[in-house]
Amino acid sequence: MTRDPDSAARLKALRRDIAPDLVKLERRTLLRSGLSLGALTLLSGCDLSTGSNGSVTDRVLWAMSKFNDRVQAALFNPNTLAPTYPASMIDTPFRFNAFYPPDNIPEVEPADWKLEISGLVADKTPWTLEKLRALPQESQITRHVCIEGWSQIGQWSGVPLKVFLERIGADLTANYVGFKCADRYYGSLDMPSALHPQTILALDFAGKELAPEYGFPLRVRVPTKLGFKSPKYIASVFVTNDYPGGYWEDQGYNWFSGI
Amino acid sequence: MTLRSETPTRLVVIHPLVVRITHWINAGAVFCMLFSGWAIYNASPLFPFAFPKWATLGGWLGGALAWHFAAMWIFALNGLAYALYGVFARHFSRNFFPISPAAIWRDAGAALRLRLAHRLGQYNAVQRLAYVVAFLLGILLLASGLALWKPVQLQGLAALFGGYEWARRVHFAAMAGLVGFIFIHLALVLIVPSTLKAMITGRARISAET
Repeated sequence: MTRDPDSAARLKALRRDIAPDLVKLERRTLLRSGLSLGALTLLSGCDLSTGSNGSVTDRVLWAMSKFNDRVQAALFNPNTLAPTYPASMIDTPFRFNAFYPPDNIPEVEPADWKLEISGLVADKTPWTLEKLRALPQESQITRHVCIEGWSQIGQWSGVPLKVFLERIGADLTANYVGFKCADRYYGSLDMPSALHPQTILALDFAGKELAPEYGFPLRVRVPTKLGFKSPKYIASVFVTNDYPGGYWEDQGYNWFSGI
Repeated sequence: MTLRSETPTRLVVIHPLVVRITHWINAGAVFCMLFSGWAIYNASPLFPFAFPKWATLGGWLGGALAWHFAAMWIFALNGLAYALYGVFARHFSRNFFPISPAAIWRDAGAALRLRLAHRLGQYNAVQRLAYVVAFLLGILLLASGLALWKPVQLQGLAALFGGYEWARRVHFAAMAGLVGFIFIHLALVLIVPSTLKAMITGRARISAET
């Protein structure tokens, strides 16, 4: 399917189709049991756990986080590249990192796997790994900065997300690109970050096909954002104007999380 | 008939209103930044220790970061207001300078021998040094914090600290320095409690002869 004169109208009609089916998996339950009873947190609801409809403190913190989203979008320069490093600086072993232990890493059968496409795109044909490998590839050695504070340098290769979005006829004026994953993780990027030249749909890590712990068969790699903004085990990509949130963002991590 | 104290005294303003307001806003912001910062540190400790849970703010990493990135605006903007006041109202030049090494040496020696008299409204050389260092540590915390927040967009600043990982260590060291200052600062308030009242009312009773 290619874009025709009606495609813009169809894309508009699709705008509202996407967001509601994103169930807020395990929303705010995962870490609440581990709350510290630190001096100030004895005052209930100043840890974001009561959400944006919660206590006054929580509402202020959520509002500040939204304000910081806007500040970061303004600070984001689409032409600023993340520093790259020589191969000698790559960290090994590279950390496995998820909201579950390694035993629960999803096992994806490559022959059965298809990347589903939905939302404001002209061509929703699912993609196979072979087709993704046939697209232009990009490789880079960059620093992965985790929201926890640690960082490691790794090498990711794959299809620039911009190339992919153009190929599927995505509405590049839409606000968000969202991802749903095989491990029930989900996330989203602002369009300028999605179109950044270093943002890729990674197929390889350290020069080899992605290992299961690093997101096989497909992950996003966004070197201009914190690590949790780069979902692994991607099952579907969608383009939307309705804020899709994310697994951690819905619990209180800052959504933009640019670095 | 009036009662007279042994030495005549008078009430004078030793802390201008701007200094008092920015001091207390800063105290609250620094408290939030420290306690939330320690919670963030605990998510991935740089050194083989963690901060006790009672000394953390935010409950979990997401909450701690939300506090840190909200309070940073208060810390930075309040600090900027204080700095502008300090320069343009000559608060800095009147109260903190000059600081000569000889005066620091003399006053530090006197303090260690417990012979340094406290004069309300006038800073000795060691105090001047401590306040200037605390202010510089605040700037260092702000700059290294910005480098940690935006190591790509502000990569020039991050490079100044030797990159992201070194910026973490600088941020920690500056924090430790500021905590050291706060301990000494609070200990001296305990020794001379009238300084606390002076930082609230701005006024202190000093000897009429001076």
